[in-house]
Amino acid sequence: MNVETVLEISHLFGGYGKDTVIKDAGLKIQKGEFLGIIGPNGSGKSTLLRLMSRVLPPQQGTIKFQGRDIQRIVLKEFCRHVAFVPQDTLINFPFSVEEVVLMGRIPHLGRLQYETKQDMEIAERCLSLTDTLSIKGKGIDGISAGERQRAIIAKALAQEPILLFLDEPTSHLDIGHEAQIMDLLKRLNRDKSLTIVMVLHDLNLASEYCSRIILLDRGGVFQDGTAEEILTYQNIESVYKTTVIVNKNPLTGKPFVVLVSQEK
Amino acid sequence: MHNHWKIKVILLFSVLFLAIALGLSRGAVHLSLAELILRENRHIFALRLCRILTAIMVGSGLSVTGIALQAILRNPLAEPYLLGTSSGAALAAVTAVLLGISAIYLPLAAFIGAIFTVILVYHLARQGGRIAAQSLILSGVIISVAFSAVIVFLISISGNEALHGTMWWLWGSVQVYDLKLLSAAGLIVALGTAVIFILAQDLNAISLGEEEAIHLGVNIETIKKILFFTTSLVTAGLVSVCGIIGFVGLIIPHIARMLFGPNHRLLIPCACILGAAFMVFCDMFSRTLFAPLEIPIGVITALAGAPIFIILLKGRQQVE
Repeated sequence: MNVETVLEISHLFGGYGKDTVIKDAGLKIQKGEFLGIIGPNGSGKSTLLRLMSRVLPPQQGTIKFQGRDIQRIVLKEFCRHVAFVPQDTLINFPFSVEEVVLMGRIPHLGRLQYETKQDMEIAERCLSLTDTLSIKGKGIDGISAGERQRAIIAKALAQEPILLFLDEPTSHLDIGHEAQIMDLLKRLNRDKSLTIVMVLHDLNLASEYCSRIILLDRGGVFQDGTAEEILTYQNIESVYKTTVIVNKNPLTGKPFVVLVSQEK
Repeated sequence: MHNHWKIKVILLFSVLFLAIALGLSRGAVHLSLAELILRENRHIFALRLCRILTAIMVGSGLSVTGIALQAILRNPLAEPYLLGTSSGAALAAVTAVLLGISAIYLPLAAFIGAIFTVILVYHLARQGGRIAAQSLILSGVIISVAFSAVIVFLISISGNEALHGTMWWLWGSVQVYDLKLLSAAGLIVALGTAVIFILAQDLNAISLGEEEAIHLGVNIETIKKILFFTTSLVTAGLVSVCGIIGFVGLIIPHIARMLFGPNHRLLIPCACILGAAFMVFCDMFSRTLFAPLEIPIGVITALAGAPIFIILLKGRQQVE
């Protein structure tokens, strides 16, 4: 199989104002990967995601998207290929689900250009992919958190990205909705070979779904590999400063991290 | 909920035409539209038409400005005067009167004062090339409070009779019978509205959040700067000609959103017409309720706007 690099990061430094959070990070993301980024609080997971999705400009180093420096790509063009799903979306006004999903077409439209029939069809397809077709007429502020996150994913998919970033997309959801969304992403990754890069808090979720995991520590890449290589009790102890036991999920065979309480 | 928008738009235009017809015929003297065309009434017709055009300009300008500010500041309480324009204009006008500058130059002085204040607010709020919504609101409010204090101070120590001439500023007026002034302000409002309408899709994206807008390809900082200066210019133009007409820029955006939904591409033109119709009605009431006395238009906008808003809000809650 021909391996195609979607995103390549080298010697990246970045942060907020004069603060540097990401220090000399390097990373290559191949097409079709389901990449999980894990690490303790403050290790720079979200900052790295912000740098890769152009919310923050790098202080030093380069990020290349399909061989081109992302800072040199027109933002609107970049957003025709790359989409982002945040942890939670606070929407100011009562837009309908359908209106929000149609906003995913903004990067494809010219100024003052209205959506064509084709744009409507793409939005419709994304609504049905995320199982939100039945609530498309409802206000985005009148649905559950799980439905809202699915609608936001539909909006991101309407951008027709080849690369999708997600920042802890399930952290506000219960375990049922969490599995639903992760399964949906896995399906998109497998069937449409959509490249997925996701920041995760939950190590077991990363283990179950990600084809590759990056463990960040103090702004740099501590280790990069499969779930079995990364999720060892030694790695977790040295980065998270806590004792854990690593078992195996009896059904999938993936590593399963169990917390060990220090108090009796 | 936002279906039937075509019918709503037709209704909206009918309301505007009704407002214009009533505004032309009602006043200290009631005249039918047929009588208005008569030669002996031509003078009344011209004066009323002038007021109606001013009201349309103020209503649409303030409504659209309010929509743009509520979207970029992500704050439902944002309104055109929030960022200090009005107090800057008022301070400049009061100072001009105290310096004995001719009344003809008052609008110019007010306009310069408003623009100067906006630049001051902008520089106070800026942090390394970025402007955060919160600091923009804060610096606007602080400048407004400080300038208002200076205005009261100047008025209280001066005893200048001419200052009473600037008092109408506080409640606004649409009595602009100077065609040059009216066309200058009208041009600014029209251009500003056009700029805001062109950015309607960006305002939709910003409603999802600033970072979300970036992910949709919107250069958020540039858009914010363009809109900040556009809305300031429009407000400055209106304030210097008509004084401070409160409530319209806050309430019409909300009412329009309830009627036509939040999509800015439909909302902006609709709020434009709705605001215009609302102001023409308010002007008519200000002239006729206690004729021949005239009630300041700002009083009418507040007294009429609040109940309408509450009725719509309650109606909406029942639907949900």
